[in-house]
Amino acid sequence: MPIAFSQGFTPHPKISYASAAPTGVASEAEYLEIGLRAEVDPEQLRRALDAALSPGLDVLDAVVAGSGSLADRIEASHWRIELPEVDPAVLDRAVAAFTAAGEVLVERMTKQGRRTFDARAAVISIDVVPPTETPSGAAAVPCAILELVVRQVTPSVRPDDVLSGLRVVADLEPPVSPKVIRLAQGTLTAHGAIADPLDADRDGTAIGGR
Amino acid sequence: MSVPSTTPRPAAAHSVWPQLEPLLPQVTKPIQYVGGELGAVVKDWDAATVRWALMYPDAYEVGLPNQGVQILYEVLNELPDVLAERTYAVWPDLEALMRAQGVPQFTVDAHRAVRAFDVFGVSFSTELGYTNLLTAIDLAGIPMLAADRTDDDPVIVAGGHAAFNPEPIADFIDAAVLGDGEEAVLEITAIVREWKAEGSPGGRDELLLRLARTESVYVPRFYDVDYLPDGRIQRVVPNRADVPFRVHKRTTMDLDAWPYPKKPLVPLAETVHERYAVEIFRGCTRGCRFCQAGMITRPVRERSITTVGQMVKEGLEFSGFHEVGLLSLSSADHSEIGDMCSGLAQQYEGTNVSLSLPSTRVDAFNIDLAQELSRNGRRTGLTFAPEGGSERIRKVINKMVSKEDLIRTVVTAYTNGWRQVKLYFMCGLPTETDDDVLEIADMAHEVIRAGRAATGSKDIRCTVSIGGFVPKPHTPFQWAAMERPEVIDGRLKMLKQAINSDRSLGRAIGFRYHDGEPSLIEGLLSRGDRRVGAVIRKVWESGGRFDGWSEHFSYQRWVDAAAEVLPGFGVDLDWYTTRQREELEVLPWDHLDSGLDKDWLWQDWQDSLSEYEQDDCRWTPCFDCGVCPSMDTEIQIGPTGRKLLPLTPVDGGGLRLPSGAQQ
Ligand code: B12
Ligand code: SF4
Repeated sequence: MPIAFSQGFTPHPKISYASAAPTGVASEAEYLEIGLRAEVDPEQLRRALDAALSPGLDVLDAVVAGSGSLADRIEASHWRIELPEVDPAVLDRAVAAFTAAGEVLVERMTKQGRRTFDARAAVISIDVVPPTETPSGAAAVPCAILELVVRQVTPSVRPDDVLSGLRVVADLEPPVSPKVIRLAQGTLTAHGAIADPLDADRDGTAIGGR
Repeated sequence: MSVPSTTPRPAAAHSVWPQLEPLLPQVTKPIQYVGGELGAVVKDWDAATVRWALMYPDAYEVGLPNQGVQILYEVLNELPDVLAERTYAVWPDLEALMRAQGVPQFTVDAHRAVRAFDVFGVSFSTELGYTNLLTAIDLAGIPMLAADRTDDDPVIVAGGHAAFNPEPIADFIDAAVLGDGEEAVLEITAIVREWKAEGSPGGRDELLLRLARTESVYVPRFYDVDYLPDGRIQRVVPNRADVPFRVHKRTTMDLDAWPYPKKPLVPLAETVHERYAVEIFRGCTRGCRFCQAGMITRPVRERSITTVGQMVKEGLEFSGFHEVGLLSLSSADHSEIGDMCSGLAQQYEGTNVSLSLPSTRVDAFNIDLAQELSRNGRRTGLTFAPEGGSERIRKVINKMVSKEDLIRTVVTAYTNGWRQVKLYFMCGLPTETDDDVLEIADMAHEVIRAGRAATGSKDIRCTVSIGGFVPKPHTPFQWAAMERPEVIDGRLKMLKQAINSDRSLGRAIGFRYHDGEPSLIEGLLSRGDRRVGAVIRKVWESGGRFDGWSEHFSYQRWVDAAAEVLPGFGVDLDWYTTRQREELEVLPWDHLDSGLDKDWLWQDWQDSLSEYEQDDCRWTPCFDCGVCPSMDTEIQIGPTGRKLLPLTPVDGGGLRLPSGAQQ
């Protein structure tokens, strides 16, 4: 791929990631921007990248970037959290307490050290999903599922911060590590839904084959 | 701790991924355990007749770039009925979780249990990986002692430089291969294939016997070691009639016929080296007396300039790496290094591809080479290794380079734009005095003075890096006594003061050193015999892991373990390390044949003590070290007179699909 490099003594390839999912979190929707030295067909680029990357790291779509930065189009993220061995009714009560709170202060280690911040305000929606939707590959144990839409803020509010928040407001302690999946991210519509951030560059038609 | 040997081998090798995945969010750098790198190969388990698990017994970040494992992985996987997968040492955080959840040692390729494979090959470039071997064996559910294994366990084969004295791990491995692995793994594969096709007659014992009969696979269990009352070895003899008295090393001749790696692994995680490395030759006859690598890899066999060019082209196209490492024990010594570097520099002019050489010999570095290495404005690090501070000690170690040469060379680097060079030395060498070490400070001061004068700039630096000397088997120093750690640490302290005695010069000189203590333990392991196995086991049982990492290494743990088990054999840590051996002492590795004539080694040791230097057989007549006649090998060097042709430019915006990448 004719990737572009930064200037200087130690040139770096021009790649930037917009709000990458935290380590250990699954994702169906990651976006990155790549600077190129030459124009290429986006679909061919998608295929070349996909072939070079590991199985499971699938490149689904590529578009020629228009104006404005990708980061500006990432306004919110849609997450699903599977909580094996948690009773959905218990989760319901915890979520109710969380929603009722005006502010839920949580702590996390960041690059700048330990920080305390509000995990509540950025949460646009938080819903316990009915157990009819069985979790991915989980065994026949009770499992509560949470879906979240969280606004992109600084410091970012991540799914584990919301879980910390549920611990703060309702002592919710998942007995086994939760499985977190990012389902989507992008621009926020007036109705609180998330729109594909590449739409703006697509002139209405998708280039990548899904 | 280990699982009893009666547990059956897992029937088909199912992936342990479902059990492993939930553990990954709880550990550091989980990406190192997921595999799926460009260049990785996953094959159908049932379609393979011989299956290898290959391990580099260190963390993924160190192990992945290892050339030895990458080469063997590719050579094996090219065979249609053979499957090879890789496994690395897991960090203690994951080890604890794996134990708690019953997840076995796994390969990163298809996450299969190591115990399900036929052969478990482990590559040791350093002895400090021994405790990690024990962790892997135990996590795999394989009985710790080779003697307790059954037909349901893989055959554990050690290779790499440390396998030239595998005695300290003799209880834990089933076999060891000395020397080059390309042909050895094919031969082992053929034997395993045939034995399995016959219905595995005679079980494990028969298989090991067949391997031993090749005379180039060492099977420790077929040899008995007898000791003298004073603790020295009396003799090492076969305990059955049909195995050879001595086991010989393997030598891959004609490197052009083995152009591996062709499809280098491209890691997703950060690793110590991210570059395409090509060995430009094997072997070295410079004859530095401390250097085991130089001694055991003789004779010199060059890869031709055109094969190197071809490998670089294909390796870069496949991998997308931007750095090419021209690897060998002394790369500037290749008969066509100049043409090779200028040819490659020309071919990749205007791209982001840079060239690097590992530690460069002072006398072989010159302005041309400097310019080729810096052609695109990027200067990868330069390291020179005078090894000894004084002219006298350099004669002892046979590192024939003068102070004037060194200064001239470093100044060449500075005037060609390098701002920083690294100078590598050793401390604790035989016959070394305080003065020999203090001369390092003078040398560093003069380097800076000359560099400032030549460049007219104060913005130049050098780093003095010092390692402790460890006497190694199959070298003229195999008889030498090690210096005590306190003495080494004392000398290093004096040296530091001497460097800083001139504030202005001292400020431009970095000082990096290793304490004497880890070297002493390396010394125990490198020249140890089978009794040292008990020390390794004790250290491992008390938590010893990742001994190559200063933050994990515990000197006290080794000292305590040695004090606990060695007196039972009538020996101790000092006996193995700071004791000088006599000419006629039977050394633990005497039955393992590196080709070097023991009399020649002894003579070279005596020459060293009288500060008499030995030339290089590439440029002077053969001096009868013994290797070529006994191994039936010969020096293979150029020049070929050929040149690298300009590459047809890859079409500007070309996108390429990596050939053979898994989808
Ligand atoms: C690149 C390099 C490194 C790199 C990369 C290491 C890596 N991940 O591979 C880095 C910088 C990290 C490194 C570190 C160290 N290195 Co280093 N390194 C080298 C170098 C320049 C090249 C190694 C190489 O790739 N060789 C080529 C491959 C193909 O050879 P190979 O691995 O031996 O494999 C062949 C055979 O041994 C055999 N084989 C190997 N494994 C197996 C397994 C089986 C089952 C079989 C059958 C056969 C087999 O088959 C292979 C193909 O023929 C060598 C010098 C040299 N040119 O060899 C020094 C060298 C290997 N390193 C050395 C040392 C001392 C170290 C350190 C201990 C330094 C330190 N004090 O920290 C550390 C140890 C790191 C670690 N924990 O492993 C010494 C080894 C000393 C010795 N034996 O006398 C060498 C020889 C340099 C020297 N002259 O002193 N090193
Ligand atoms: S036998 Fe002679 S030619 Fe061969 S490596 Fe030894 S000294 Fe050199």
